[in-house]
Amino acid sequence: MTFTLSRSCSRLVTGAASVALGAALMAAPLAASAQAVTPSQEGIVVYNAQHTSLTKAWADGFTRDTGIKVTLRNGSDTELGNQIVQEGTASPADVFLTENSPAMALVDSAGLFAPLATDTLALVPSNFRPANGHWVGIAARSTVFVYNKSKLTTAQLPKSMMDLANPSWKGRWAASPAGADFQAIVSAMLELKGEVATAAWLKAMKVNAIAYKGNGVVLKAVNAGQIDGGIIYHYYRAGDQAKTGENSNNTEVHYFRNQDPGAFVSISGGGVLASSKHKAEAQAFVQWVAGKGGQDVLKNGDSYEYAVGNGAQSNRRLVPLAELQAPLVEPTRLNSKKVSDLMTLAGML
Amino acid sequence: MSAILVSFPVVGTVPVAAGLPPAGSRLRRKRPVSWVGSAAMVMALLSLVPLGFVVWAALNTGWPTVSALIFRPRVAELLLNTALLVVCTVPVCAVLAVALAWLTERSDLPGARIWSWLAVAPLAVPAFVHSYAWITVAPGLQGLAGGVLVSVVAYFPFLYLPVSAALRRLDPGMEDTAASLGLGPWRVFFRVVLPQLRLALCGGALLVGLHLLAEYGLYVMIRFDTFTTAIVDQFQSSYNGPAANMLSGVLVLCCFALLSLESWARGDARYARVGTGAARLPLLRRLRGTTALCLALPVLTTALALGVPLVTLGRWLAAGGAAVWRLDEIWPAVWQTLALGVAGALLTTLAAVPMAWLSIRAPGRFQRVLEACNYLVGSLPGVVVALALVTVTVRVAMPIYQTAVTVLLAYLLMFLPRALISLRAGIAQAPVELEHAARSLGRTPAQAIWAITMRLAAPSAAAGAALVALGITNELTATLLLAPNGTHTLATSFWAYSSEIDYAAAAPYALIMVLLSLPMTWLLYTQSKRTAGR
Repeated sequence: MTFTLSRSCSRLVTGAASVALGAALMAAPLAASAQAVTPSQEGIVVYNAQHTSLTKAWADGFTRDTGIKVTLRNGSDTELGNQIVQEGTASPADVFLTENSPAMALVDSAGLFAPLATDTLALVPSNFRPANGHWVGIAARSTVFVYNKSKLTTAQLPKSMMDLANPSWKGRWAASPAGADFQAIVSAMLELKGEVATAAWLKAMKVNAIAYKGNGVVLKAVNAGQIDGGIIYHYYRAGDQAKTGENSNNTEVHYFRNQDPGAFVSISGGGVLASSKHKAEAQAFVQWVAGKGGQDVLKNGDSYEYAVGNGAQSNRRLVPLAELQAPLVEPTRLNSKKVSDLMTLAGML
Repeated sequence: MSAILVSFPVVGTVPVAAGLPPAGSRLRRKRPVSWVGSAAMVMALLSLVPLGFVVWAALNTGWPTVSALIFRPRVAELLLNTALLVVCTVPVCAVLAVALAWLTERSDLPGARIWSWLAVAPLAVPAFVHSYAWITVAPGLQGLAGGVLVSVVAYFPFLYLPVSAALRRLDPGMEDTAASLGLGPWRVFFRVVLPQLRLALCGGALLVGLHLLAEYGLYVMIRFDTFTTAIVDQFQSSYNGPAANMLSGVLVLCCFALLSLESWARGDARYARVGTGAARLPLLRRLRGTTALCLALPVLTTALALGVPLVTLGRWLAAGGAAVWRLDEIWPAVWQTLALGVAGALLTTLAAVPMAWLSIRAPGRFQRVLEACNYLVGSLPGVVVALALVTVTVRVAMPIYQTAVTVLLAYLLMFLPRALISLRAGIAQAPVELEHAARSLGRTPAQAIWAITMRLAAPSAAAGAALVALGITNELTATLLLAPNGTHTLATSFWAYSSEIDYAAAAPYALIMVLLSLPMTWLLYTQSKRTAGR
C-alpha cells in the first residue's frame, strides 16, 4: 500500500514536471548560462531555508529558463544544515540555500560542499562569499531595530545593540530567539565581542526581552504597541509597507550603523553538495540564482532582500547597502553550534 | 492536531469477552494464533521504537551532558508551564462538559439535540486553527490565560463525548431512590450522579491532558512555551541534537505521569446496574424559569468554540478574495493529504487486526502487555515519535528515510489505538461460534477469520479508519519533521502561510481541513449516540 502511494505520488510529480518542461520548451529558448545542461527526469532537490516564496520565484524562473525541475524541502537554516551533516554523503539534497551564513559554514566545515564553478564565483564580489569558493552569497539582509513611533522617540533609541542588555530595557524589546535569523545576529556578536560578552548579553536578554516566534510576529507586536521595539531584519517592514502596511504603519526602523553588532549584514548562501548526483544541474541552479536572473528577482520581487551580485541592483525602496556601515565579519567563522549552546545555557531554547 | 485517542471508558456494559476464554484457550496453541500472535508482537515491538530511542539517546549522551540539559532553569520553566496548563485546562473542560452534558441529556433545554451536536462539532476545527482565529480576534491574547482559553474551546468535546454518553446510560432508579430518601436535586447530583460519571471523566480528562502535552501549533501562535514547542525550537536550531532528545525524554515522563494519575484516579471500582429488566429512560428535568439562563451556556460555548473560528475564517477569506485560491498549490495539498490519510488509515486498521483479534479471542497476560505497548506509544506526542523516526531512519534505515513510508509509520504508531479500540469492539460483537462453523465447513482458520469475523467487524473497522484519517488530516508536527521532499499537506501549507503572517492565504487550507473533518466528527458523534443505545 505504502509503496503504491509513494509511486503514484512520484508519478504525479513527474507528470507535473513534464507539463512544466513542455511549457518551458514552447515558451522560451534555453538561457545562455545553463545551455550545456540537459534536464534530467528527476531534476534537483533544493534544501531551502530561505523564504519559501522567494525560492519558489527563483525555482520557477530557473525551470522556465532551463527546463530543469526543482523540488524544494523547506526548513530553517541550522535545522537543514545539521540535517545535511547527519545525512552525510547519502543526502538527497543537491543544493543548499540559506538565509544566513552560519549554516553554510556548518556544512562546509563538514566538508560536504563541492567547489563552485569559477564563473559562478565571479558573479559575486569577494566580500559576499568565503575565500575557499565552496559557496556563494545569493542575497543579504541587514539587522535593524524596529520600534513603535508612539512609544519611542529617536532620542530614546539604543545607540548599540549591546545597550539592550541594560536593566532600563527590561520588558521593552522583543526578538525571535528560536529563529535562524536572530541566531545569526548572535553569531556575529560572538565573533565581534567574544564569548564572555555574548553570554552575558544573552543572560540579560533572557530577563529583558520578550520572545516571539518569527520576525513577522515581532513586527506585528511592535506595530500593535504590545512592545516598544524589536531586533529583526530590514525586509519584514519593507515588505509589509509595500503591501498594506497593516502590520507596520505605526513603526519605524533604526539602523545601528558604526560597525555595531546590531548593524550586522547577514549573507544568504547557496552551495552545491559534493554528494549530489545531478551536479551539473545543481551548479547551473546556483549560477542562475547568483546571476542576473536570480538577482533581478530580488530587485523586482516582493522579498526586499538585498541583491549581492556584481552590478546587481537592490530594490529602490531600500537604504543602499553601502550606507549601512556594517561590521566586517568573515562568514565562514560564524559558529551556529556555539550560539545554540550559549542560548540553551541562557535558557532561551 | 496531535495524536491520541484513548478509549472512551464504557460504564456498566457487560464484559463481552468474558464468556469466550474456553474457546480462546483451546485455540491459543494452534497455528493461526501463533501467526496472529507474531504479527501482534511485531507491531508491539515496532511501537517500542520511540521509547527505545529516548532511552538510547539518554544512555548515548552520557550522564554529565544529560544532567546539564535536564536540570536547568529552562526545563523547570517548561515543566511549570506544562503543569499549569494541564491543571488549569482540564478542570474547566470537565465542569463545562458535565454542565453541557446534563443540559443536553437530562433537561428539557430547547433544541437539546442540536446543542449536543454543536458541543462535538468544534473537534472538526484543528486546534491550531482555533488559535489562529483567536489571535486574529484578540491579537493581545497570549501566555497561560490565552493558552487555557483556546485549549478549553478546542478540547472540551473530548470530555463532553464520554460524559454525555455515560449520563445517557445511567439508570434513573438510583437517583429516584436517593430522592425518596430525602436528598435534594443538587445533593442527588453530587452524591449519586457525579460518582457514576467518574470513569467517563477520568478517561476524557486523560485524553484532554495528553492532547495538551502533544499540541504544537496552538501554543506557538498563542506564544506559550511547552515541552513540545521547546523541542521543535531545538530541532529547528540543531536538528536532532542532544538537547531536543533530552526534552523529549522529559516529555515522555510527563505522559507517563498523566497515565498513572488517571489510572490511580479511576481506581478499580466499577459501577454496574443490578436487577432485572431494562432501565427506564430518565425523566427530563424541567428548567422552567431558568431556561434562558441555562440556554446561555451552550450559546456562549458555541459562539466561542465554533463562532470565533468560522467567522474569522470567513473574514480572512473575504479579505483575501479570489487571489488566495491558488489552485495550483491547493489541489496538490488536498490530494497529498487525502492520499496520506487514506493510506495511513488502511495501513493502521490492517495493522490493528491481529492485536484486536487476540484481545477478544485469546486474552491473556502476555497479550495485555503487548496491547499496552500500542496504547503507550499512541499516547506519546507526535514530536517525540517523529524525532525518534528521523534519527533511526537517517542512521540505520536510509532507504526509507524521507519517504512516505516513514511518515506513514509515524501515523501508524500515533493513531493505532484509534483503530484498535473500534476494531476490538467490532470483533467482540462477532460470535466466535460462526467462526467455528465456518471451520467445520472446511475453511482454514485464516479464511474463517477473514470471511466471517472481519466481515462482521467491517463497520467498526471503517469507523476506526475514519478516526485515523481525521487524525492524519489535521496532523502537523510529525508531518513537518518527516514529510518527503516536495510533499505539502493542508496542515503544513496552512502552517507555512500563517508563520509568514499571511493569514488570508492560510484561510483556504483551514477551511478545507474543517470541511474534510466534519463528516468524520459527525461519525464520532453518531457513534457515541449509538453506544448509548439511541
